[in-house]
Amino acid sequence: MLRVRISLLSVLFSLATSMLGQQTISIGFTVSKTGALNVDSLEQYRGFELWRDQTNAAGGIKAGGKSYNIQLVSYDDESNTKRVQQLYTRMILQDKADFLFSPYSSSLTATAAVVTEQYGKVMLTTGAAEEKTYKLGNHYLYQMFAPASQYLTAAVDALKTKDPKAAVAFVYEDASFSNAVVTPAKPYAQQQGFNVVFSEAYAPNTTDFSAIIDKVIASKATVLLGGGHYADGSTLARQLEGHKVPLKMVTLLVAPDSPQWTELGDAGVGVIVPSQWEPQTSFVVQYGPQGADFARAYSARYGTPPSYESAGGYACGLILQRAIEQAGDIDTAKVSAALNATDITTFYGKTKFATDPGSHGLQIGHAMVLAQWQKDKAGKLTKEVVWPLGAKSANLKYPMR
Amino acid sequence: MSGILASMIDGLLVGAVYGLAAMGLSLIWGVMDVINLTHGAMIALGMFGMYLLFSLTALNPYLLLLPLIAIGLVLGIFVYWLSVHWVVGRSQLMSLLSTFSVNMMVIGIGTALWSTSPYNVNFSLKGITFGDYTFTGNHIAAASSALVMALALELFLYRTRPGKAIRAVSDNREAAELMGISSTVVLAIAFGIGIALAIGSGALVSTLFPFTILSGAGYQLKSFVVTVLAGLGKPLGALGAGVALGLLEGAVTPFIAVSWIPLIEFGLFVVVLILFPRGIFARATT
Repeated sequence: MLRVRISLLSVLFSLATSMLGQQTISIGFTVSKTGALNVDSLEQYRGFELWRDQTNAAGGIKAGGKSYNIQLVSYDDESNTKRVQQLYTRMILQDKADFLFSPYSSSLTATAAVVTEQYGKVMLTTGAAEEKTYKLGNHYLYQMFAPASQYLTAAVDALKTKDPKAAVAFVYEDASFSNAVVTPAKPYAQQQGFNVVFSEAYAPNTTDFSAIIDKVIASKATVLLGGGHYADGSTLARQLEGHKVPLKMVTLLVAPDSPQWTELGDAGVGVIVPSQWEPQTSFVVQYGPQGADFARAYSARYGTPPSYESAGGYACGLILQRAIEQAGDIDTAKVSAALNATDITTFYGKTKFATDPGSHGLQIGHAMVLAQWQKDKAGKLTKEVVWPLGAKSANLKYPMR
Repeated sequence: MSGILASMIDGLLVGAVYGLAAMGLSLIWGVMDVINLTHGAMIALGMFGMYLLFSLTALNPYLLLLPLIAIGLVLGIFVYWLSVHWVVGRSQLMSLLSTFSVNMMVIGIGTALWSTSPYNVNFSLKGITFGDYTFTGNHIAAASSALVMALALELFLYRTRPGKAIRAVSDNREAAELMGISSTVVLAIAFGIGIALAIGSGALVSTLFPFTILSGAGYQLKSFVVTVLAGLGKPLGALGAGVALGLLEGAVTPFIAVSWIPLIEFGLFVVVLILFPRGIFARATT
């Protein structure tokens, strides 16, 4: 009889423990496992993955007296907007994801945002800097990246300290992100007194830049600003080197931030990238790990230093985690209210979202840096923070070679 | 050196590769009246073939062309027996469907093996500089290789017995058979040569630009334009038309955005179809 009572009590105790114990939060997103966005998207995914594993190892997200195990649900969007539309609908309706993270890139995120807003689901976006998406009257979008308009203005400011008379060329991918970056950057460069001698957009997936490079040379430009993503940016850098274009400064979007950039060898030396985060930047962290701890854990896990896409992915998870903790619940409205009230500094920097209806979710706290690939004393390529001056780890090398 | 001249030289160099890519399509189309829709997939296979051989051997990729072309010849003969032999002489729709099926199989297998992420053959030769403009060594080597392959094909077609047999079958299959030429064997060899040229051009492109398993489609489109410009069954004409197309691209791009080039190319395609329905280089036959 005693044995029966003990067994019954054990069963009841287990039942109670499971009811009060770990539940699961499902977070859905797509990854560009194939296609032109593959390199950058994978780095973003690794940030999500590392955050999930570290948080689950620490007992999950604790909110309202419960612990939530994080489950990531992801699919390959093939770098294709049609697939993004199908997959985000699937994740919401079939997989019943509680929250969403964005795909990588502004164009894919814009597509995903239409779906998530339609179904009233919170989506944190990372890897997506275009501002237009947040000016369409959304309620549940939250942008982790500093907006596109900030990308090249820092490069123009840095250039002004080195060569106020430089002749500037803009060569950029004809896609939503790059257009969003260059559109404000061009008039800003002109306002700062620079002569913009050439400007042309190239079709996405362009592989032959000879014609554009010949035009850059003919324009007598000494500075080139632009690019798009990894595939075209790395190809452009290679072909600029192959054609021995006499440029003193090259700033390319996104591509040079990838650790894969070192594969370019000499073609990658001196190239600058506007960056959302670099390991050398340090902040007074109010929530989550220190930057050095994040970088160390990432390198140990993946055998390569983290890029800003990875940092953005991890920070995305951190900010959602904090919002759930603040809300004490996983209810969409409560978490959304907590996100609206977010004003916090993590290893990634400051995060604060606009809350006015005209630009809800736009990132208004995060600032960008410039990083440049330089050869160290041993001849090894390393990425150094060169701007702003207060955050630099090395001087800006101008001319670049 | 002026920007326009530099641009035209760049166009000429890449045009030679366009021409080589089109030669295979032109040969097959002219000899057996088959529109080979595997052409783009074979160009992509040439790209990956070069990537794999270069990764394995670390040899100068231009030295790896010969083995790749040999592999292309064997592969072409295999594809002929697999999908083309059964539809030669039947309606063109049959050959389109048959070769399209092979194309989809190649793309499917290629995607499973290599996904659609870009690959690079990381090799560069020293270029030649004139003033502010440098013409990359890879472009020069690729154009030279294309020219050598085109001349080799011309010599084969006009100076060897198998080449003459191919021309005989192309001119009049029945008469060739009456002369004791096995048209089936000849067609298989011709198809194999066409595929070998596609593989060779893909291998050359891989030394110039990054590529994916889907990259062949763009070159296949250019090949159609070049083949129509040159006329069917005119391989050397295809080389000339490819170079002309490259020169046109080079001449026009200094004045307009490069994104307008496809419009100009395909506009020219339509004009040539109307004015020269047999191709610019085709001779009138009675």
